[in-house]
Amino acid sequence: MLRYVAPLAIFLVIGVFFFFGLGRNPNDVPSPLVGKRVPTFSLPSVTDPQDVVSTETLAGHVSLVNVWGTWCVECRHEHAFLLELKRAGVPIYGLNVRDERAAAIDWLDRLGNPYVSSGFDPENKAGIEWGVTGAPETFLIGSDGTILFKHISPLTPRVWQRDFLPLLREHCGPADCPFLAAVGGG
Amino acid sequence: MRILASLVVLWVAFPGGFTAHAQEGFDDPVLDARYRALSHEIRCPKCLNETIAESKAPVAAELRREIRRLLAEGASDDEIKTFLSSRYGEFVLYRPRLTPTTFVVWAAPFVLLAVGALVFWRILAARGNQPLDEEPPP
Repeated sequence: MLRYVAPLAIFLVIGVFFFFGLGRNPNDVPSPLVGKRVPTFSLPSVTDPQDVVSTETLAGHVSLVNVWGTWCVECRHEHAFLLELKRAGVPIYGLNVRDERAAAIDWLDRLGNPYVSSGFDPENKAGIEWGVTGAPETFLIGSDGTILFKHISPLTPRVWQRDFLPLLREHCGPADCPFLAAVGGG
Repeated sequence: MRILASLVVLWVAFPGGFTAHAQEGFDDPVLDARYRALSHEIRCPKCLNETIAESKAPVAAELRREIRRLLAEGASDDEIKTFLSSRYGEFVLYRPRLTPTTFVVWAAPFVLLAVGALVFWRILAARGNQPLDEEPPP
């Protein structure tokens, strides 16, 4: 009996591992920063070097932190949706990495600026603190300064519905997130 | 034979394998050796199973830069690994440290070896009970 059941059992175990393992995106490495406080960073703004984007900028309200660069094709792809979120009232902060200031300003002028402000980080130094590997990446920040979620690859309406909205509903009410109804989370 | 000879020549010429950063490093041989060892032990978080020493991805260059900075500041190897894994996850350590979560990874080979030994022993034991001489008695 065992001689027939054992190979079948082994096949099923391997099958289950492959079924779940092969369907996963190998670039989707879980960030150890999720659940932790926003890292300490301070950057000059892309548009105004006198202006500063820092850990304090993100304190006290729910927001998105979006990693972008003009060299990043996928960022161009998600840009329209970021603008849509901005129109709905979602505060988005940019982390502009490995870029040139003039190119970044030109991008925002041409395509529209979805960001409250963007930190300018040409050498990805603050990005290292955020565990940034590339762009686009989007973090959801809670009002207590905790990183609630990290998404690697473009932020699409589907990802927003699936991953961001449930967390927003859980972590903020109409007082913290007046935009909630406008982005489909009401 | 000729191919083998060229492989040997290549291996002698580049004993550490090809690295993306041959010219980076330290003048101090001790620091330099630690830098090379560390960069061969950290996985590039963006590029599927390449060390940051081999990878040409921007993030690999940036992580090498951070390692050089921390080494120059006098950080220990362990502090540097903690710095990287607290930002990029245990994933970046090619030799994961023994923690409750990585325990399975470390224990699995020994558990599998034990299971294999058990199966082997049981098969042997079962065979041992059979007579060697299978010929029917006359």
